[in-house]
Amino acid sequence: MEFKEQQAIYLQIAEYVCEKILLENWKPDEKILSVRELAVELEVNPNTAMRAYEFLQNREIIYNKRGIGFFVASDANKKVSTFRKQQFLESELPVFLKNMQILNISIQEIERYYTKFLNNKKS
Amino acid sequence: MIEINNLAFSYKKKKQLFNHLNMQLSEGRIHGLLGKNGAGKTTLLKLISGLLFPNDGNIKTLGYVPSKRKPSMLQDIYFLFEEFTLPDFSIQKFKEVYSGFYPNFNENQFAEYLSEFEIHDNEKLNSLSYGQKKKVLIAFGIATNTRLLIMDEPTNGLDIPSKSQFRKIMAGAVDENKCVIISTHQVRDLDNLIDSITILNQQDIILSEPIEKITEKLCFKVLSHNEIEDKILFSENNLRGNWAVAENYKNEDSKLDIEMLFNACFSNKKRIQELFNHNNIS
Repeated sequence: MEFKEQQAIYLQIAEYVCEKILLENWKPDEKILSVRELAVELEVNPNTAMRAYEFLQNREIIYNKRGIGFFVASDANKKVSTFRKQQFLESELPVFLKNMQILNISIQEIERYYTKFLNNKKS
Repeated sequence: MIEINNLAFSYKKKKQLFNHLNMQLSEGRIHGLLGKNGAGKTTLLKLISGLLFPNDGNIKTLGYVPSKRKPSMLQDIYFLFEEFTLPDFSIQKFKEVYSGFYPNFNENQFAEYLSEFEIHDNEKLNSLSYGQKKKVLIAFGIATNTRLLIMDEPTNGLDIPSKSQFRKIMAGAVDENKCVIISTHQVRDLDNLIDSITILNQQDIILSEPIEKITEKLCFKVLSHNEIEDKILFSENNLRGNWAVAENYKNEDSKLDIEMLFNACFSNKKRIQELFNHNNIS
């Protein structure tokens, strides 16, 4: 896994797990990698992996069965979408908007591109 | 797990290396010990493990006074040196001779790590390259399962795939009872593995904190052209943009950049110490 330069590692790990859930590599109510297995796979400190799992647990995307391990929540997909949307609005959109301002791009122009993008997808 | 109070140490009478040095390192973490060349990183590690004796002050390692060199302490410490000479043994014989000092040594683990590093245990130590010897010692050291594992520049001399193997092995080897101290200049090799940082400066410690504490107090980010950011502790223009370490008064979540932190500690030592000391009081 390539880590991005700016975002906290535990959040990047949380996103990695979300990705697995959205792509249905990890399915609802299925057991997922243990903290240690995840740490080894991503070459990170187990404490950081644990922090990512705690973060996802607080958002009810995964849950912990004592002594057994972590599982994907049954409605994880919906929760992940909500979380990702919030992430997008908070961290990616501001950069996008700032670039629009610097490059002097109007919202109408963006709208035209967006419409075109949607049409391309349909065809 | 390690407690140092008021430590003083010097090799020569006139040149004091440490003075009033205080430090605590807890178990369950991988501590990164950083400092400029000649700051005394290796010396500090030798003091912790009883290889050198303090002139003044107290050290407690695993509950023992290290200078007493009690066998019950020594069997629970493994020290991987940066420079070493090895006996003219095969790996197999090395294991037979040295594993006896460590009651928790695990043969299967040792074999597993060696195979991950692609080293056969019938080889002679002296026929191996520096990097391969180092991998043998890393594999052996982790397999001793000591409570304290000290590694001085472990990734020096390791080839590219071995660095990744090393991180995987380390990530799988630490647990809540173990304390790992890694002294290194190769911070990029160990970026996401280290979760507590200690920065050593002439005579004392500038900073010794877990990573989540550091990113709570400090924010690491790229500043855009027109952005005016106050409370900057260090900034640097490079291809990645204008990178800065600032006080995290807006509570932003950022990724710790060890090199930037290191530079901030040296360019703005006083403010860094104020920020983290204040925290200790509250």
